[in-house]
Amino acid sequence: MSGESATRITPGNAYRPEDVAAQVAEGVEVSEDVAEYALRLGDDALILAQRLGWWISRAPELEEDVALANIALDLIGHARSFLTYAGAAWGKSEDDLAYWRGENEFRSSYLVEQPNGDFGKTIARQLVFSAFQHELYSRLVDSADATLAAIAAKALKEVDYHRDHATQWTLRLGDGTEESKRRMAAGLVSVWPYVDQLFQDDDLVGRLEGVAVRPSELRAPFDAYLAGVFAEAGLELPDIPPAMTDKSRHKHSEHLGYLLAEMQVLAREHPGATW
Amino acid sequence: MATGDQTAMAKPVETVETPAAEGHDKQAWPLWEVFVRSSRGLSHVHAGSLHAPDSEMAVRNARDLYTRRNEGVSLWVVPASAIVASDPDAKGEFFESPKGKDYRHATYYTKSEGVKHL
Amino acid sequence: MATQTQATLQAVPSAEDEAGQAYFDKIIAEDSRIEPADWMPEKYRKTLVRQMSQHAHSEIIGMQPEANWITRAPSLKRKAILMAKVQDEAGHGLYLYSATETLGTPRDVLNQQLLDGKAKYSSIFNYPANSWADMGAIGWLVDGAAIANQVPLCRASYGPYGRAMVRICKEESFHQRQGFEILLELSNGTPAQKQMAQDAVNRFYAPALMMFGPTDTDSPNSQQSMAWNIKRFSNDELRSRFVGMIQEQVKVLGLTLPDDKIRYNDETGMWEHGELNWDEFHEVLAGRGPCNAQRMERRREAHENGAWVREAAAAYANKKAQKAQVA
Repeated sequence: MSGESATRITPGNAYRPEDVAAQVAEGVEVSEDVAEYALRLGDDALILAQRLGWWISRAPELEEDVALANIALDLIGHARSFLTYAGAAWGKSEDDLAYWRGENEFRSSYLVEQPNGDFGKTIARQLVFSAFQHELYSRLVDSADATLAAIAAKALKEVDYHRDHATQWTLRLGDGTEESKRRMAAGLVSVWPYVDQLFQDDDLVGRLEGVAVRPSELRAPFDAYLAGVFAEAGLELPDIPPAMTDKSRHKHSEHLGYLLAEMQVLAREHPGATW
Repeated sequence: MATGDQTAMAKPVETVETPAAEGHDKQAWPLWEVFVRSSRGLSHVHAGSLHAPDSEMAVRNARDLYTRRNEGVSLWVVPASAIVASDPDAKGEFFESPKGKDYRHATYYTKSEGVKHL
Repeated sequence: MATQTQATLQAVPSAEDEAGQAYFDKIIAEDSRIEPADWMPEKYRKTLVRQMSQHAHSEIIGMQPEANWITRAPSLKRKAILMAKVQDEAGHGLYLYSATETLGTPRDVLNQQLLDGKAKYSSIFNYPANSWADMGAIGWLVDGAAIANQVPLCRASYGPYGRAMVRICKEESFHQRQGFEILLELSNGTPAQKQMAQDAVNRFYAPALMMFGPTDTDSPNSQQSMAWNIKRFSNDELRSRFVGMIQEQVKVLGLTLPDDKIRYNDETGMWEHGELNWDEFHEVLAGRGPCNAQRMERRREAHENGAWVREAAAAYANKKAQKAQVA
């Protein structure tokens, strides 16, 4: 078995981070705006992967360790592709961006920064985010930017499974035992204030007409999907107002700092090193 | 990697009732056997087993566990308890009949050797 | 197992047992495979359950020292590889639990034995993984030793065990390589990185050699396991072969092994190495290693925190099944 196929990132003919890197190496032109947009996509995937990675060896059952790891691996793949592409605008690599940006240079959303909590909260966050991401990538495949479209096409197939996974668990926790229902509902309450930020348009999206997906357009199909899941699971739609966040994603939750401290500590102890 | 082995499990399972089964969790998820079709045109082949609360999760867990490296294009999951095996005690006897009936194999017919397109 | 225990209490073996033993002996003599439904001696079954479940537990506990570094992996590529590797370990644990279940002990019972401290796992995982280089040393030395141990097990006389090992060995070849490459990268990196790599090799060398188990003179169960074609080579044979391989590989890494007694003995055809500290081995095995308590606590926590989730899924499945019956 060759070491390459065994890394499992993606055998087959899918569009991989390595393909984006090769394209960037050939000198593809990426505007600052497109790069900024790609950062948002990449950072959301990266921060969520970082959160999910914690579960591996701690999941409720071994089969679930494997499932959550698969999802985290998919997300790291998406993050690497988007960050590599974004980096082309500034001559930076995926690792330059992941490990050497400060907190205020990240463009992740409050939602993915939320701590794991219990399995109920993690599933609540997964459900919301994968349903959002599914709507987003379904449209990004038609982007005028061929690279973003190609990354989205690969990612969409994977996110389809992430959304299904979260849905299946929401049904089981929502309609399982009294305790699971209570915990699932609590998880949804806990992440709900940060849902709204995902769907806010800003100037950047306005300038990238035809390239970026307008988040506000995703809200209705997102709501419809969740309504279906909640109805089947016997869960109430949380009635909670959105928190003040930042539509341009320059501001972050308090949680991000801790997450980055852990993620970046080793790389920053060895400036200039390769791994 | 258990088994159509669990197939044959009827027997060992019965032997577990006491002390080993003590502390056996009644809420434990049941066992499923997993069969993977590695590519179109091939049969589903037994790959192993796993635990899952129900068939929907079983097929998803099977996807996560047994096709991590592109091993399959289709999956079957079957409750291990639904598999009926040939009587394990019969051993050889059950499969005795076909032995000695060499005339069922093409290699039995030696006189036509060398004749083309036969 | 209960009936088997009762069987041993009977002074005279039944005719059925005698026929079973004869059939079993014939299969072993032919070097063929025993399958789950076959009659087998009680001790054979017990030995297998003990060895296979220990092996499964080792995969599961072995996830921890590496999982600790997933959040701190120094590049995104390394993070993905490490995640895939730790995930594989969960998968390997699952393959092995499945194979063990064919012997009649359900997984949750095996798991309880682990949580109750009644079952053992490889003592190597009770050493801490303090640096990133340990991800390299674990892959190269620990997985390397595991593979050396496991390749012969692909031919173990118990069918499900052999089949599980075939799958595991195939997947593990990437584990060892990625570990080797981590060390190679560090060794060719900055002085601090190289120091980190050497330090990890120094710490994992002896514990990795001890993974092959006590010396042959001190390994009471080995003889019987070899007679049953479960084990194919003795502990010392496998250890010697492994020393021969790594003393060559370490040169490519540009690092050294912390053992100046390594030499090839022309007469015996064996690789020799320095004295191992077996007192330490037994201490760790007895639960007094640096991380025994921590590893068990983490496993117990995951199990207990997951209880409500497992119950919910079981309850949901019951509800669905009842609805389906009514309909």
